[in-house]
Amino acid sequence: MMDSLILRTATRLLLSLMLLFSFFILLRGHNEPGGGFIGGLIAASAFALHSIAFGPRALRTVLVFDPRSIAGVGMLCAIAAGLFSAVMGDAFLTAGWLHWGEGDAVFHVGTPLLFDVGVFLVVIGAVLTIVLALEEEDV
Amino acid sequence: METLVAFTVGVMAAGSVYLLLSHNLVRVLFGLILLSNAANFVIFAAGGMTEGLPPLIGLGEKALTGVYSNPLPQALILTAIVISFGLLAFALVLVYRGYQELGTVDSDRMRLAEPPHPDQDIPEPEEPGRLHVRDASRRVENLGSPQS
Amino acid sequence: MLSWYLVAPIAVPMTTAVLCILLATRRDLQRIVSAAGAGAHLVAALLLMAQVWQGGILAGQMGQWPAPFGITLVADHLSAVMVLITGIMGLGVGLYSLRDVDENRERSGFHPLYHVLLTGVTGSFITGDLFNLYVWFEVMLIASFALLALGSEKVQLDGAIKYAAINLVSTVMFLIAVAVLYGMTGTLNMADLAVRVPQVEQRGMMTTVAVMFMIAFGIKSAVFPLFFWLPASYHTPAVAVSAIFAGLLTKVGVYALVRTFTLIFTDDVGYTHDALLVVAGLTMLTGVLGAAAQNEIRRILSFHIISQIGYMIMGLALYTPLGLIGAVFYLVHHIIVKTNLFLVAGVAKRLTGSMDLKKIGGLYKSSPLLAVLFLIPALSLAGIPPLSGFWAKFVLIRASLEIESWVIAAVAILVGLLTMFSMTKIWVEAFWKPHPDGDDRSLSIGDLTVSERVLLIGPIVVFAALTVAIGLWTQPFLDLATRASAELLNPAGYIDAVLGARP
Repeated sequence: MMDSLILRTATRLLLSLMLLFSFFILLRGHNEPGGGFIGGLIAASAFALHSIAFGPRALRTVLVFDPRSIAGVGMLCAIAAGLFSAVMGDAFLTAGWLHWGEGDAVFHVGTPLLFDVGVFLVVIGAVLTIVLALEEEDV
Repeated sequence: METLVAFTVGVMAAGSVYLLLSHNLVRVLFGLILLSNAANFVIFAAGGMTEGLPPLIGLGEKALTGVYSNPLPQALILTAIVISFGLLAFALVLVYRGYQELGTVDSDRMRLAEPPHPDQDIPEPEEPGRLHVRDASRRVENLGSPQS
Repeated sequence: MLSWYLVAPIAVPMTTAVLCILLATRRDLQRIVSAAGAGAHLVAALLLMAQVWQGGILAGQMGQWPAPFGITLVADHLSAVMVLITGIMGLGVGLYSLRDVDENRERSGFHPLYHVLLTGVTGSFITGDLFNLYVWFEVMLIASFALLALGSEKVQLDGAIKYAAINLVSTVMFLIAVAVLYGMTGTLNMADLAVRVPQVEQRGMMTTVAVMFMIAFGIKSAVFPLFFWLPASYHTPAVAVSAIFAGLLTKVGVYALVRTFTLIFTDDVGYTHDALLVVAGLTMLTGVLGAAAQNEIRRILSFHIISQIGYMIMGLALYTPLGLIGAVFYLVHHIIVKTNLFLVAGVAKRLTGSMDLKKIGGLYKSSPLLAVLFLIPALSLAGIPPLSGFWAKFVLIRASLEIESWVIAAVAILVGLLTMFSMTKIWVEAFWKPHPDGDDRSLSIGDLTVSERVLLIGPIVVFAALTVAIGLWTQPFLDLATRASAELLNPAGYIDAVLGARP
């Protein structure tokens, strides 16, 4: 934990901005470079920054859930995305899609998105578990 | 280009072997980090290096057109980076915990799991005191402080 | 829909691990989920085995991506039997761990890690893709790191650091070998590799890659001269952890060796398999001699893992139908017996307070049942008829005599005798000799609580019964090993199943 006014003030602004950006990267990942992993890393670094500025205990309050549980939920999302294809009678991890709208305004949503959200959460959870394990040593 | 990468990999591997042969576990860890990066370069070179576009199918098209780069090495390297990141982060925590508990990062002096034979000499560290045990009182405080 | 048989044995422990993480704060519920998950894993493994037994090699393309572009899961008889044995061990040791692993370790995440380990092991057995194999190896490795260090005793950290350092080197070696192989063939699907590797022109380079794989898997399976991490670490963690490690982890390395050196690198058999044969002989000898010098039960057993690995590698190196039958049979026999010996050692420690042979004794008098339960796997390990180990050794030695490899046959017999020596040593010191601190220092099994008796002794009894059963009703197991060996020596069926399989 660093006791710096500049860092704290900047972190307050940066945290939400970085989280927003991480969501953008997560959703962008379907058709362009990006995705759950890189988005998760950005989100995790946002939280790590918070932990450096305000200390690990503050980070736990901000996160609400234990990072290991976050990773667990993410893993569950990824498994669910894989198992969903059983409903369609396809092989494991086969993508299932829903489409709304017509022409150029078609909106797709499907299991790869769920999988990516899962990866996003697993990365956040795993990275923050390590960060907290190291930070809480030296409180 | 491949030749250049090959030489880079050679230099990295040589450096990492030098580090891996050290007694000091922190250096061993650095050696492993260097070696896993060298491995990623090998994948990169093995996949063939082409100057091409990103392998993304444009909107409204059905297949890739023109010269594009091989996407598979990137997927492999990304996976390898993620995995080695996890493993090395864990190894770092492990070495750090070992340093706290055993008071040393010198692998020659870690003889708890395999106790030395009574006749065997354990070499003293070259610079005694450089790898000191942490202040015990501070650790007791740490144990007392509530976590989470 | 058949591909779900392949997915289930991986998905079940993975889901169990996740549920255990989410239930971290509710200890009782977590323990129930953990045990139930291990049971479900066994059911999934049984279904897969039944399917493969009836329908032959089963291949499935994940995400409907046809091979060799997507990830293929394949189960032939070898994979299926390995998954089944993983399921059996997973459940047995899982139940044992409920009474063996202390609350502190449970709170630090024993149950999730245990199931992640099972996921990694099962995945390694089922995958049909070399890079995917790498990923499963890492899943297994990271779980094993954490399980080794769980509890953070000084001796554990010492063992875990050495284990981690050497295994990380093996990992990188594996990755580099995969990369070079990909550069030369342009594929990573094992069946596709089996087709393309013989077409590569640079034969010398291919042999080099083969040797790189041999070293990478050799470190994992603890063969001479790459075994030093094993006796440095296996005696340090909780008994349940070292039992599952002893049973499964090194065998994944052996499985990987068997798979790659029967499917992919079969071109330069004169060089690679001869090298393996030399390695096998030296592994057997150094392992058993190392054990003779030890005085702690788990360390003796750790060295015996090494010497037994030598037998399996020997079967592979002979590369004859009978040799591979022996290797497969030995794998199955060894996993059961070795896990069981570690479990017995754990109970012995509970009854006498130590695993150091100098500090314990009198177990024969205080708990004769445990003595019998030790003797069965111990004699089986040494190869005494009519237990499973006898048939395993018999087939292997017969295979080596068939192709007139006298030296390796002699080594195999000699190592069997020396194994007997070590087992006698444990027997005399721990069971016959009176306890050094007086006669009444050893507890008997009757002093354990009911739940301890069921959960600690139960798995040991079942595993011992399995050893006897394999010894007395050998034929069905030999049939299975024969089918597995026939598939390994004639990879066309495997290749067709993977490349011809429609998703």
